[in-house]
Amino acid sequence: MGGFLSMGGHGAYIWPAYGIAVAALGGLLIWSLRARAKVQRELQDRGLDRRARERR
Amino acid sequence: MAMPSIHFLANPARFQRFSARILPWLGALTALLWASGLYMALLVAPPDYQQGETVRIMFVHVPAAWWSMAAYALLAGLGAALLVWRHPLAALMARAVAPVGAAYALVCLVSGSFWGRPMWGTWWVWDARLTSMLLLFFLYLGHIALSRAFDDSERGDRAAAVLALVGVVNLPVIKFSVDWWNTLHQPASVMKLDGPAIHPSILTPLLVMAAAYLALLVFLVLLRTETEIGRRRLETAALTGR
Amino acid sequence: MTRKRKRLWLLLGSLGAFAVAVGLVLVALNDSLVFFYSPTEIAAKPPPAEKSLRIGGLVAPGSVVKSADGLTTTFDVTDTSHTLKVSYRGQLPDLFREGQGIVALGTLRADGVFAAREVLAKHDENYMPPEVADALKKAGRWKEGEPVPGNTK
Repeated sequence: MGGFLSMGGHGAYIWPAYGIAVAALGGLLIWSLRARAKVQRELQDRGLDRRARERR
Repeated sequence: MAMPSIHFLANPARFQRFSARILPWLGALTALLWASGLYMALLVAPPDYQQGETVRIMFVHVPAAWWSMAAYALLAGLGAALLVWRHPLAALMARAVAPVGAAYALVCLVSGSFWGRPMWGTWWVWDARLTSMLLLFFLYLGHIALSRAFDDSERGDRAAAVLALVGVVNLPVIKFSVDWWNTLHQPASVMKLDGPAIHPSILTPLLVMAAAYLALLVFLVLLRTETEIGRRRLETAALTGR
Repeated sequence: MTRKRKRLWLLLGSLGAFAVAVGLVLVALNDSLVFFYSPTEIAAKPPPAEKSLRIGGLVAPGSVVKSADGLTTTFDVTDTSHTLKVSYRGQLPDLFREGQGIVALGTLRADGVFAAREVLAKHDENYMPPEVADALKKAGRWKEGEPVPGNTK
């Protein structure tokens, strides 16, 4: 396990590179999901969501 | 002004039905590809004969570069669709694409820096490849800022579309910078005419990671476009007082 | 229909004109966009003394000499037709070795030696596991710093 984390002595460069990928893309994913949930809630509150329109 | 609104209601509704059906499956596929891609990149791929373990940075760096450029080509195409054909969905999708492209460009730049420090001996150089890639990141930021700069969101859409089209000139510069000028950055390894210069044991994880980045790109763009459609609907409702 | 067609041509026209303009600017700026010069370019057009510039090429095999104190390294940089002697004081990057591509920042001294104050390793486009590299070298099919023969399997 120690060998895997140290990555042949270059862990200090490899892990941050993977870290930025996971942080930036994971953060974007969470932000996008939250924004969609918020918009869907507001649409529902005003009776503008898809299901409400299809019922009409 | 009245004409496109019919179009707007018809097309986005069809889009939403389509994305609602496809998103769960695409989400599962994206998670699967990322899990297997990261597993192969960190545990299966062998070290490189020169770079040792540092070669693993390439698996997050190169796909980010590819798809951030492809996403920009899409952004420019959407800009043309808006300016020429006044396609109503194009503006909303452009708003959805730009932050994803910016994130991919950022991952490319930062992970490349973490590779450059141990391998080249420097975090950053102003060679043609690195500079044009940084410009791509700023074009994305400019697009995001412009599209939000006006009270009238349709004016923001059009201004951002013009920027997207102007910036498309940067794409061939990024791609061919390593061939046109002497750069510190190495030339293309995979996308070259005489076949890849990468051993299959390193190429396979790279391609799986590229598929993972693509799946995430499509997933995020569909999801965010859906959000933008809803947001525009709320805006219109607020304006018409319904 | 005709208005859309007109907008399309207007867009393509202005984009084309803009691309040509950018292309011309890039050609005009060619000199400053080049990150480094090769020994052949230095030999053909020696730069003024004290001017800071970058040179690049391969470290000539057998030319690397470390000074007694171990801090100063001298080596030849070659592009196979011309060679330039480089002297550098400091820590060399991981990838620095004979046959490796490097880029050095510094000035050309009056005695024709390039005094570098920064040396960067230039990586090539080949990626393979060490066993494969060894096998290719043993079979005499490939040497470091050369393009890998078509199939690396």
